[in-house]
Amino acid sequence: MPNPSYFFQQSLNALQLGSIYALIALGYTLVYGVLRMINFAHGDLFMVGGFFCFAAATYLGLSFVPTLLLVMALAALLGVLLERVAYRPLRNAPRVSAVITALGCGIFLEHLVLARYPYPQSVPELVHNVTWHVAGLSFSSLQLLIVGLSVGLMLLLDFVVRRTMVGLAMRAISWDMRVVPLLGVPVDRIITFTFALGGALGGAAGVMYSLAYPVVDPFMGVLVGWKAFIAAVLGGIGNIRGAMLGGFLLGGVEIFVAAYYPSTYRDFVAFALLLGLLILRPYGLLGRPPTQKV
Amino acid sequence: MSPASPLLSVQDLRVSYGDIPAVKGISFDVGEGEIVALVGANGAGKTSTLRAISGVVPCKGRILFGGQDLRKIPTDRIVALGIAHVPEGRGIFGDLTVHENLRLATWPRKDRHDLDRDYGRVFELFPRLKERRDQLGGTLSGGEQQMLALGRALMIRPRMLLLDEPSMGLAPKLVRDIFKVLGEIHRAGATLLLIEQNANMALHVATRAHVLETGTIALSGSGPELLKDPRVREVYMGG
Repeated sequence: MPNPSYFFQQSLNALQLGSIYALIALGYTLVYGVLRMINFAHGDLFMVGGFFCFAAATYLGLSFVPTLLLVMALAALLGVLLERVAYRPLRNAPRVSAVITALGCGIFLEHLVLARYPYPQSVPELVHNVTWHVAGLSFSSLQLLIVGLSVGLMLLLDFVVRRTMVGLAMRAISWDMRVVPLLGVPVDRIITFTFALGGALGGAAGVMYSLAYPVVDPFMGVLVGWKAFIAAVLGGIGNIRGAMLGGFLLGGVEIFVAAYYPSTYRDFVAFALLLGLLILRPYGLLGRPPTQKV
Repeated sequence: MSPASPLLSVQDLRVSYGDIPAVKGISFDVGEGEIVALVGANGAGKTSTLRAISGVVPCKGRILFGGQDLRKIPTDRIVALGIAHVPEGRGIFGDLTVHENLRLATWPRKDRHDLDRDYGRVFELFPRLKERRDQLGGTLSGGEQQMLALGRALMIRPRMLLLDEPSMGLAPKLVRDIFKVLGEIHRAGATLLLIEQNANMALHVATRAHVLETGTIALSGSGPELLKDPRVREVYMGG
C-alpha cells in the first residue's frame, strides 16, 4: 500500500476531481451568497455545459480554447436566463418556492437534453494527452491542464469578489440587500452578474469533466451536482474559499477511499466523513454562524 | 425662506401598507440649501415619507426633484440623481471594512478623479473612521456606525441628504457631535431633510419643520417657531 508513485498518481486524480467539484460548488455558493437560495438547477447547468462542449467539438469542430470560451459564455447566458425567467418573479416569495422552482428547472433541463440525446454521447478528444515520466512519477498533461485551469479560474474569481467594485457589491448584497440600492448600486444587475459568474464556472466544469471522462449524458449533473452542493455546504455555504476547500476535500476523500478500499465503499465512507465534519462544524469549515445585525 | 422653485417638492403624498395607510396626503417643499425637519411620534409616517422619496416603497401623489417626477424611478437611479438616504438603523455592511463601505457608495459617480479628496473630507469630518479604516463595519460602536453611514452618504456626493433618525440610540454627547457635523455638512452647501423623534435637536438646526401626526401634517413653521409652540413643547419635549 505505501507505494509513493501510486500515492502521487492518486493525489493528481484527487486534485482533478476536486477542482471540478470546486468549480461547481462555487456556483451554488455564489448564488446563495446574494439570494440566500440554493439553485438546485446548477448541477444540470454543469451537465448542459458538458453537452455544449460535446456540440462545439462535434458539430463546430472547435479546438479546446474556443470550445472552453464558447461553453463558458453560453452557460453564463443560461444561468442569467434561469434567474430572469424562473427566480426573479419569486424574489419576494418564500424561499421554498424558489428552491422548488430550481428543482423543476433542473428536471426540465435534464429532459430537454434527453429528448434530443436519449443515449450517452462521447466527446471527441479536445486535448491530446501526453504522459511525462519524471523520477518514477508520471504526469498526465490533461490532469495538469484541468487542475491548472481550474485553479486559475478560482484565483480570478477570488480577485473579482475581494477586490473589484462588483465583488464589493456582491458581498454587500449578501449582508443586507435592502441597503444596497440606497448607495446607488443596481441590485438586479449585480444578481444577473452573479448568475453569469456561477454559470460560466459551471460551464467550465462541464468542459473539464468532458475532458477527463469523455462521455456526456443528460443525468450526469444529478450526482455530481449533489456532491458539489455538499462540498459547498461543507466549506460553509456562501463562503467562496470554503466552496473551493470543500470541493478539493470531497475529491480527495472520494479518490483515496476508492484507492485503498473496495470502490463500492467510496460514497459511503466519503459521506460518513463529511457528515461527521458537519456535526463538529455545523456552519461548514469556513462558514460563520449568522451574525447579529444591529 | 421658501425659494421660487424648490429642490424637492412633495405633493399630496400617500403611502399604504396593504390596507393600512401610513401617510395620508402630505405636501411640503425643501429648498436648495435648507434643513427641513419632519418630527413626530413613532408611527406618524416619517420613515414612510423618506422611503417613498427614495423609491423604496410605492406611493401615490407627486415627488418632484429638480422638476423631475421620482415616482416609477428605481431607487438606485434616484440615488444617482443626487439623493442620499441614510436609513433607519444605519445599514452598515458588517463584514465590509470601513473603507469598503465608503468605496461602495462611489458606485453611481461618474467623476472618479477626485475620490481621494472626498475620502479625505470624510476622514476629516470623522477622524475616528480614519483610525478604523481597515476595521470591519460590524466591529464599530453605534456612534461610529452613524458616522460611517453619514460618511458613506457623502461619498455619493449628493445634492440632498435624507436622514432617518440620526440620533437614534446614541448618548447625548454623541448626538451633539453628529448634529455638529450635520451643521458643517449644511454649511458646505448640502440640503438636508431630517426626520427625528428627538424634536429638540432637530428643531434647533432646522430652517423649517413640520410636525407629523398619524400620517398628516399637524403643524408647520420655522424651527424656532415650533420650539416655542406650546403644543410642540407639551407633546414632544415633555412640557
